Amino acid sequence: MTATVPKQAPKQPPAAPKRPGPDMFDQDTLPAPRGASRRLLGSLLRPHRRRIGLAAALLLTQQAAVQAVPLIVAYAIDSGVPAVRDDDNGPLIAVAVAYLICALGAGLLQYTFIRVSARVNQSILLELRGRIYRHAQALSLDFHDRYTSGRLISRSTSDVQSLRELLDEGLQEMLIILVSLVYIGGLLFYLDLGLGGAALLSFVPLCLLVRNYRRRSAQRFSKRSTAIAAVIVKFSETLNGIRPVKAFRRERANDAAFDELNRRHERVNGDTILEMARFVVLSRLVAAVSIAGIVLWGAQRVTSGDMELGALAAGALYVRRLYDPLDRFAMILNNYQSAVASLDKIAGLLAQRPDVPEPERPVELPPRSAGRPGREVVFDDVRFAYRTGGEVLPTFRLTLPAGQTTALVGATGAGKSTLAKLLARFYDATEGRVLLDGTDLRDLTMAELRRGVVMVTQEAFLFSGTVAENIALGKPDASREEIERAAKAIGAHDFIASLPEGYDTDVRKRGGRISAGQRQLVAFARVLLADPSVVILDEATSSLDIPGEKAVQDAMVTVLRGRTALVIAHRLSTVEIADRVLVMEGGRLVEDGPPADLIAGTGRFSDLHRAWRESLA
Amino acid sequence: MLMSASADPPAPPARKRSVVRSLLRLWPYVRPVRGRVFSAAGVAIVAASMGLLMPLVLKWIVDGPVADGDTSGVWLGGAVLLGVGLAEALLFGLRRWLVARPLAGVEASMRAALYRHVQRLPVSFHDRWATGQLLSRGTGDLQLLRMFLAFGLTFLIVNSATILIGFGILMSQGWQLGLVLAAPVVPLIWLCALFETRFSLVARRAQDQMGDLTTVIEESILGIRIIKGFGRHRSQARAFHALSGRLMGTELHKARLLAGIWLVILALPEIFLGAALVLGAVQVADGDLTAGTLVAFMTTAMALRWPIESIGFLLALCNESATATDRFFDVMDAEVPPESAREGTARVPGAPDGLRFDNVVFRFPDSPPGSPPVLDGIDLHIRPGETLALVGGTGSGKTTLIGLVPRLHEVTSGRITLDGEDIAALPRAEVRRRVAVAFEEPTLFSATVRENVLMGADGVGHEEMERALRVGQAADFVHALPRGTETEVGEQGLSLSGGQRQRLALARAVVGRPPFLVLDDPLSALDVHTEARVEAALRDVLADTTALVVAHRPSTVQLADRVALLSHGRIAAVGTHAELLHSNAEYRHLMTGEHTEVSLP
Repeated sequence: MTATVPKQAPKQPPAAPKRPGPDMFDQDTLPAPRGASRRLLGSLLRPHRRRIGLAAALLLTQQAAVQAVPLIVAYAIDSGVPAVRDDDNGPLIAVAVAYLICALGAGLLQYTFIRVSARVNQSILLELRGRIYRHAQALSLDFHDRYTSGRLISRSTSDVQSLRELLDEGLQEMLIILVSLVYIGGLLFYLDLGLGGAALLSFVPLCLLVRNYRRRSAQRFSKRSTAIAAVIVKFSETLNGIRPVKAFRRERANDAAFDELNRRHERVNGDTILEMARFVVLSRLVAAVSIAGIVLWGAQRVTSGDMELGALAAGALYVRRLYDPLDRFAMILNNYQSAVASLDKIAGLLAQRPDVPEPERPVELPPRSAGRPGREVVFDDVRFAYRTGGEVLPTFRLTLPAGQTTALVGATGAGKSTLAKLLARFYDATEGRVLLDGTDLRDLTMAELRRGVVMVTQEAFLFSGTVAENIALGKPDASREEIERAAKAIGAHDFIASLPEGYDTDVRKRGGRISAGQRQLVAFARVLLADPSVVILDEATSSLDIPGEKAVQDAMVTVLRGRTALVIAHRLSTVEIADRVLVMEGGRLVEDGPPADLIAGTGRFSDLHRAWRESLA
Repeated sequence: MLMSASADPPAPPARKRSVVRSLLRLWPYVRPVRGRVFSAAGVAIVAASMGLLMPLVLKWIVDGPVADGDTSGVWLGGAVLLGVGLAEALLFGLRRWLVARPLAGVEASMRAALYRHVQRLPVSFHDRWATGQLLSRGTGDLQLLRMFLAFGLTFLIVNSATILIGFGILMSQGWQLGLVLAAPVVPLIWLCALFETRFSLVARRAQDQMGDLTTVIEESILGIRIIKGFGRHRSQARAFHALSGRLMGTELHKARLLAGIWLVILALPEIFLGAALVLGAVQVADGDLTAGTLVAFMTTAMALRWPIESIGFLLALCNESATATDRFFDVMDAEVPPESAREGTARVPGAPDGLRFDNVVFRFPDSPPGSPPVLDGIDLHIRPGETLALVGGTGSGKTTLIGLVPRLHEVTSGRITLDGEDIAALPRAEVRRRVAVAFEEPTLFSATVRENVLMGADGVGHEEMERALRVGQAADFVHALPRGTETEVGEQGLSLSGGQRQRLALARAVVGRPPFLVLDDPLSALDVHTEARVEAALRDVLADTTALVVAHRPSTVQLADRVALLSHGRIAAVGTHAELLHSNAEYRHLMTGEHTEVSLP
């Protein structure tokens, strides 16, 4: 019921530190190759280059319509008025028509531009969200164990949001600035070459300022996005653990801890805003000095006769307008920096390669021979260690004959889950091969593998949706009859039928609340529907009440029948339904045999079994 | 939380308040920095005037000193020009500097207020609200509001002022032409209002859909192991894509409305400006107006273009901000139930009386009227130092019942007393100080082991922590952790197994020797050996503690002096384990699995 439910780290000997060596996950930004974020942005924009081109063309035309207005006014006064005096209304009518066309044209072009660019922006965001989502889903469990869910959420929400701000404002503003720069710059050069050159020269310090700002603000934005991620993590942890928060009166301590994170964000947030203020002031100062300098120099040249007075009169006004878009430019730069910081983080996430890659030349599993239950599993000289060192499973060989149910027993950290996860290919073996009917798991596509091997994890997590949908997770195209048949076979039909809306009950709504034992049954129905040849079952550690446990036990027998099964057993009653028991200790298989033999013996298993018997008294 | 959270939040009707009234609710948060905000607006107006002054100065230099060849005049003009430019630049900077930190502070204080408030909202609130919805209010919505306060509000004031002043000037230049320009004002306002109504609905929908999307993302990350176990990336991704596609549709709808209002704002005033130009030209031709006045009029009118255009996006920003404000207050308006539900009815405060349930009835506050209560007429008395096991089938209300003791839920009627004191008359913190809880699902927070264990106890020393760890049989594995009790665990730290977490949660419950203990199946995730050792240690603790223990198995029941059987929200039987085994068929079924005539829900 809390965020910790799905937390299922690879269990390791508790004495060992989780990951030896520096842990890159301490940092919010994962390493990505240089320029990855720019390439990411490029790859997002590229498919839309036609629409972007269209949007640019629309905006250019729109700007032309807007810039034409002063010309019409000039024409009206210079030609229209004298014509009217001569009783010729023609030019004035032309003015009226042209003005109407410009006004309506500017409006309609803007209308179309917004719609076209919104479609581009939204498509890009959709694609980016989808990419992050799919990638997060493809990454290994090992990755998910270390990269907190809060961070993943903040990657796909607030970081995407900052790109959105850039797209929404950026494209349009950037084009408008460009158009006005070209337009005014061209006019200045037309008026006087020297004037144009001087104006161009003033852009040198401005460019230096921009470079400086980009460098400084990149760090600030990165810090800000890290700070907000920390706030999000704390926020969601509190919400997910609200019951213990209340029961243990954590409110005040949490307030204080949150305040600190929040204040840190406030500080770096303020830093980024001030950084922009600094840029705006400095660039405006440069602009002010440039204007004064150009006008004085122009005046000098007019005095010495190098320049026409009219050119200076017009040029002075235009020089001023040349620097008008500085504010807007700062805003875009701001959005851009913030988006780049976010894109860096997203690119870092997307650069993480799944630890278990799809095969280059996939092989298909041989057809299941009729009459033979399940498939044979062989661990062929398998060894498993973390890449950073720390051996979890020393080299071992193990064959699970087709159709056999094997119980895996051992203390926490003995390596049970790791062994199971190798079979499910949540990890790949460091050395050796895991074979399914003689085929290396690494040669199978994920889709093919999951058709053959299904792992049922401890946490019987239910997704929002109906009970039927949750069962159908095992086979998405299952009909209602199939779903009900599976539920009946498992013994879940009765309780599902008694829910307010039966199979259509939303599991997130009150009344749809489903107990731990019932969740287990739903999970089993999923497996039955998926009909794999190999089942890996990580038995739930939390105990059920006895009738519930009996129901689960019966269902388990149904699920395992006719399949090769590996059960990580926490309850010895489960062991009793197994054909074979493997006892693990410190990553090694220390006992192996039918349950009855082991119970009769004097090994670790028989001790365990005795203790369990006593607990039932 | 996740399991019980409904996917769609109880969204109130889209818009009850007008934009202005929504935004006015921000005042208490802005009030502390009002001086800075208003001075910034003032500075912005002065800076804008400087901007208007610039062309005049330029014109004066060129027409005056330069034309006359007056060198000293040129230098003076240059100095004035430089002065005005520098002043403008510095004022622009000043405006930003004035509000930068204060408004980041406003954002932070609103976020802190939200966090404080949600922590204190009842569990029933959290059952209804998905985490993603609360999270998106605490981040995106508040960022938007800061933007609004920093830019939107200032420019709304500055630009409105500019428009009014500009119109004044226009009217003085030619009242007939001015009237022509004023003609579209009424339809413009009407269209803007129409836009506002529609846009706010869509904006709200987009924000809510964003919240839903956040929930789906969160769920797919939390449920990753199942998705992977079944290789169901694709079907889960379909759900994600359906939702993000719907969000995109709403965003495009928003863009459509925005495009429409831009069309109106761009074209409508411009058309009337064109009409004014034609009329003006005729007047000039007739000699009613000088050409210079017409040029000045048109120049002024065109200078007003940006302020008028900006109204479009400022309106959209206002709207989105108002919606964000509403969403923020949707949560802030949710009431924190009063500390003390009623006046003290303590008999003899402090006199040992144990834990008493007195005709307790409970029904969820949001359950439909007429539905049967979850707990109905519970009478229980756990004597001082006694341990009572609570046994019941699935859905009998055990977890709800024990949640009432630390006041995670409030009783609907009846009362619960601790040593004779009604818990409803005590401050919640006091109740929770006396009652320690271990939940079935042991949640650890991102903190050290020490902090996790000591979080329930005030001023407890190292010795006591070690004792608690020993009770939970956690001492050995904790001391084997890389940094012992200082090891970080939880979401951001070392992952512990279910059994290890449960043992720490148990240590957390017993640390500081609380007078009352409530344990929800405290041994469920333990392996057999550990269970036996924890039981032995727990027996010592329970000997002098008043405790209520939810039990699923005979081994846990053995910890208790007596057992109460909860069935369909009522106490069906109370007695010792042996008595109930003998006399009660349902109890026998629950404890042994033997099938009897009793059918369970």
